Amino acid sequence: MKLLTANFLSCAVKACKSSPLSFPLHFKDAELASKSVPYNPVLLSNLLPRLDWPALVTSSKELGFALPDSKPDVARISTPSAASSPSDGDDTAMSMGATDEDEKTLRMLHKVLMETEVVEGKMVCGSCGFEYGIHQTVANFLLPSHLGTLSYHDRLRDTGLRYFAEDSRTCEFKI
Amino acid sequence: MSRPEDNLPPDLYYNDTESRKYTTSSRVQSIQATMTNRALELLDLTTSSFILDIGCGSGLSGEILSEAEPPHTWIGVDISPSMLAVALDREVDGDLLLGDMGQGLPFRAGSFDAAISISAIQWLCNEDEKGVDPKTRLSRFFDSLYACLKRDGKAVCQFYPRDDKQRDMICSAAIKAGFGAGLLEDDPETKNKKLYLVLTVGGEGNKDITGVVQGMDGVDVFDNRKKLMEKAKKDAKKGTKAWIMKKKEQERKKGKIVKADSKYTGRKRGIKF
Ligand SMILES: C[S@@+](CC[C@H](N)C(=O)[O-])C[C@H]1O[C@@H](n2cnc3c(N)ncnc32)[C@H](O)[C@@H]1O
Ligand SMILES: [Zn+2]
Repeated sequence: MKLLTANFLSCAVKACKSSPLSFPLHFKDAELASKSVPYNPVLLSNLLPRLDWPALVTSSKELGFALPDSKPDVARISTPSAASSPSDGDDTAMSMGATDEDEKTLRMLHKVLMETEVVEGKMVCGSCGFEYGIHQTVANFLLPSHLGTLSYHDRLRDTGLRYFAEDSRTCEFKI
Repeated sequence: MSRPEDNLPPDLYYNDTESRKYTTSSRVQSIQATMTNRALELLDLTTSSFILDIGCGSGLSGEILSEAEPPHTWIGVDISPSMLAVALDREVDGDLLLGDMGQGLPFRAGSFDAAISISAIQWLCNEDEKGVDPKTRLSRFFDSLYACLKRDGKAVCQFYPRDDKQRDMICSAAIKAGFGAGLLEDDPETKNKKLYLVLTVGGEGNKDITGVVQGMDGVDVFDNRKKLMEKAKKDAKKGTKAWIMKKKEQERKKGKIVKADSKYTGRKRGIKF
């Protein structure tokens, strides 16, 4: 479960749809890891307007790090056309016309949203109290009716796969 | 040929063995890649986008999104733990959720630029283990998909209906949810024929679904606005005052003598004993 995903998930229980307490879901007993993924400043600047910043601040706090109180301001950048794109494969936002300051912000967002993962833990609905388990980074959103017949944890364990077990650690962000 | 959909629920069909077999088959890999690329072409995204992959499985479709030019970021939802375990094993870039699309997608409104679903939604034509019927599951799915896409968002679902009845059931559920819908068929009349349901959320400049698929071969356009107009016409239902007035008007035009209109026209009469 990445922080990116958590910023768009709300409780799946029908009765919670209209409750403001069902978003964001609250992290509990979270074990963090970082996973490196390609940096995509264009995507980040596209996403920024859609992010619920207060929710992201809440999630971050629950995971033990702090973000600025208000949403940073970054000018929208777009994909450079083939002609103007730098030949050396430089994918920094600056090469796409972003300022030094914006570049810093985007790198920070990348780290927080894309590279920070909850490997094990729970997400809890503030409205109905339902706990969504997170196991090997995968959150289980099957509603209880389904859990009765399927044991997801047992079956995932049966596959014998272990992820991030070694490199799990608590992340520290200083921004 | 027997379809997996006709025998087992998806999470049991895609068990550890089947999930590995599926993912390592080079034939499957190449078919899924071709279809995902086609879906991307239909989405026509001009910039790096945030995409939902429904029934993402082991990530064969999602990988194409990560590797596209421009590259996209995706979230995958699947009901099979074994398929997701294979996806983790292959270290895909997308974030993964275990979930049943037939229960509705748990995202807040306007989350995604686009959605794809490759070879998955026909599974919704089965009851789930609790005996919830396909119509309910289809409408939960499409309603929630409609809500979690941005106002100018698009979705492309490649699917394998068992027959025309299933195809129509799926399409009409999408239209009912509010989507503009077009159906595209590649390689029609062959055993490789592929169906793509192209869905648009009515935003500015995106109102006309016909523009998305028009001019493509074998395109059949389902336009919900047409449907809505038909519905409005039908709303002058038999027995209502509007219907009676219309009928009377028609009869009058034919030169027939009809009763004068009154405030009692079309009212229910008391039951006579
Ligand atoms: C043929 S696989 C396709 C996987 C992937 N999209 C690809 O292109 O390789 C179909 C997938 O749909 C998933 N599926 C079936 N019913 C589902 C449901 N109700 N909710 C979520 N996923 C479902 C299955 O578990 C399976 O992984
Ligand atoms: Zn809830």
